[in-house]
Amino acid sequence: MTPLESYFPLAVVFALALVLGLALVGLAALLGPRRPSRVKEAPFECGSDPVGDARGRFGVKFYVIALLFVVFDIEAVFIYPWAVQVRELGWNGFATMAVFAATLVAGLAYVWKKGALDWE
Amino acid sequence: MAPYQPKSDPKWLVALTLAVALTVPFLFPVLILLSMPLAEPSGGGVTLALRWLGNVLGTDLSGPVAHDVGTAVVLLLIAFLFINFGAIFSGICVWWERRIAGRMQSRIGPNRQGLGGFLVWVADAVKFLLKEDLVPAEADSLLFRIAPYFVLTGFALTFVVLPFGHSVVMADLNVGVFYITSVTALVVVGILISGWSSNSKWALFGGMRSAAQVVSYEIPAGLAVFVPVLMAGSLSMQDIIRAQGAAPWDWFIFRNPAALVAFFVLFTSQLAEANRTPFDLPEAESELVAGYLSEYSGFRFALFFMSEFGNIWVMSALATTLFFGGWQVPGMPAAAISALKGTGAWWGWQLVSMAVFAVKTLLLANVVIWLRWTLPRIRIDQMMTLSWKYLVPIGFVCLIFTLFWQLGVGAAPGLELASGVALSVGALFVVIAFFRRVFKNVTDVRGDAIDLSNW
Amino acid sequence: MADRAELWIFLLFAIPLVIAAAGVVAARNPVNAAMSLVAAFFFLAGIYVLLVAHLVAFLQILVYAGAIMVVFLFVIMLLQLHDQDMQDAKLKAMQWGGIIGASGVLTVVALAIQQAGEIHWKAVPESFGTVKAVGMLLFTQYLLPFEATSLLLLVAIVGAVVVAKQRI
Repeated sequence: MTPLESYFPLAVVFALALVLGLALVGLAALLGPRRPSRVKEAPFECGSDPVGDARGRFGVKFYVIALLFVVFDIEAVFIYPWAVQVRELGWNGFATMAVFAATLVAGLAYVWKKGALDWE
Repeated sequence: MAPYQPKSDPKWLVALTLAVALTVPFLFPVLILLSMPLAEPSGGGVTLALRWLGNVLGTDLSGPVAHDVGTAVVLLLIAFLFINFGAIFSGICVWWERRIAGRMQSRIGPNRQGLGGFLVWVADAVKFLLKEDLVPAEADSLLFRIAPYFVLTGFALTFVVLPFGHSVVMADLNVGVFYITSVTALVVVGILISGWSSNSKWALFGGMRSAAQVVSYEIPAGLAVFVPVLMAGSLSMQDIIRAQGAAPWDWFIFRNPAALVAFFVLFTSQLAEANRTPFDLPEAESELVAGYLSEYSGFRFALFFMSEFGNIWVMSALATTLFFGGWQVPGMPAAAISALKGTGAWWGWQLVSMAVFAVKTLLLANVVIWLRWTLPRIRIDQMMTLSWKYLVPIGFVCLIFTLFWQLGVGAAPGLELASGVALSVGALFVVIAFFRRVFKNVTDVRGDAIDLSNW
Repeated sequence: MADRAELWIFLLFAIPLVIAAAGVVAARNPVNAAMSLVAAFFFLAGIYVLLVAHLVAFLQILVYAGAIMVVFLFVIMLLQLHDQDMQDAKLKAMQWGGIIGASGVLTVVALAIQQAGEIHWKAVPESFGTVKAVGMLLFTQYLLPFEATSLLLLVAIVGAVVVAKQRI
């Protein structure tokens, strides 16, 4: 199997999942009732009338968590190619990754110390 | 007046229901196994099928175009079977979980539709089809409608690399494990969009919390995955299984003390990523109604729900692959099975390997369900602390330890076997002690054997 | 035959990629723009797969369509800009800057293609683009950039905390 051919199943599953999902939702639209009303379409707020705009501003903590995620995700991306051939790379590879990981652990320690991980 | 007696099916009916429940999801992997030769890379199966079809129709179908079309049809069929497996497994899982919840909380649970309430998931599906599909006023209509598809495709795509047995896997990509982590990233995007587009405060809060949670736990999960990857030296799911053996002391989880820890890190993170208790804060019904799902109804809701329960299989199968030796059959190494190719025995061993894999996966899935009805929900600050201050550092330590361990194993190969035997014997003792304790608790409370009358 | 099929598959990814990229610029709602960007990332990943760059293709999905997109969405939701905020005069100036910058990039790319002249395609080895092959290059030939990346990531962490610190 050529490398490209091994990806055909992926495309097929992707397309089929979309088609099946659309077909079922479409079927539900055909079979189900359609009687919209103002009350039904109001956003749920425990039975009372909605107050204010639903899309308020958010705590900046979420932003820090998201950025931390990006950084550690990219780090993980670099560990994958390293992990599959530690044996070939030997001690050199180990030293390389130790420097890389230590820098990031220092970053984590900094964030920890600054209290950005505390969710009061 | 006689005291109220709950409806109760005879024991043999209970056994029959459970047997049927077990076989229904396995029917699909068996069908997939049967259609596998058709999808052989050499194309032998497709050629034969086309020749047969050509004879029936009286036309010549041996050209390359017909061959490509034939291959595409076979792939479509297999993909259809895999997606249906996911959907039907999640349906049955909903029923099973509700029955277990009933037992654990001393109530009955669904027992009306079919034997032991087994058909309740079919009834649910039909009901979802007949419901009105509401879009809230001022919601971003387009985004609200497409969000479920992000979650659904993210879930369906994981089945491409999930192995079901020795030869039953759709595509054994060389990026295997990495592929699974990357397609699950789609789910986060779906959750965020569904929360934002609903124009509801509950949905927005739920979506943000859920995204923050999934994102936080993806890091420790990724670090824990590196331990088996380091031990196998490959990312391909099948290669990782082939690097393990059938006996417990040959599984990755026991071959290396850090792997045992890494398994628990991975399992905890997976629970959090799947929004399962004790990490179900995004859907905390007492605070956030239903989180990002609050405004969804009808079949769009069903798509979210299906992915969520189907994910129980995905996470259990991933853990089985990485740590529990996958489909390895005791006394029958993978190479020996491959050597049987072309004989009738090959099919038999395929079935055995699938059964081994399924039993391990279902045991883990049951632990997931059991935890949901045992543990209370943790707070959001505890959730963040657990991930960033405990699991991430532990993950790093496991990674470093495994590295030294691998170097040590290179020098003294007996190390792995010693650790495997010691840890698996230890695990056996823990399991025995656990069951003795449970038995003691049951007899202390009831004074007799386990009672199945509410089935 | 195979080349022809590959061209069709390429177009299958390339045309929607350009449409999605145009959607990012044209969308009035920032969340819609972000969604177009997700679609663009996916089609781009498809093109990477066509180039037999397995690792890069999924890296594209994991890092960009997953992680970076979560940051974008968080930032959009944090700011909650309304339509009137978007009509600022500052934005007009930025649009002009963007147009000038984009045309500069296009010129450079066009010149580069022109100067490259005749391209001699080489067959790639079997293992090309796999995780192992990329790793081998990354940890031998490109070691220094790899280590420099860790510093870059550290700066990103520190920056995020400094920017957000007053609010935490």
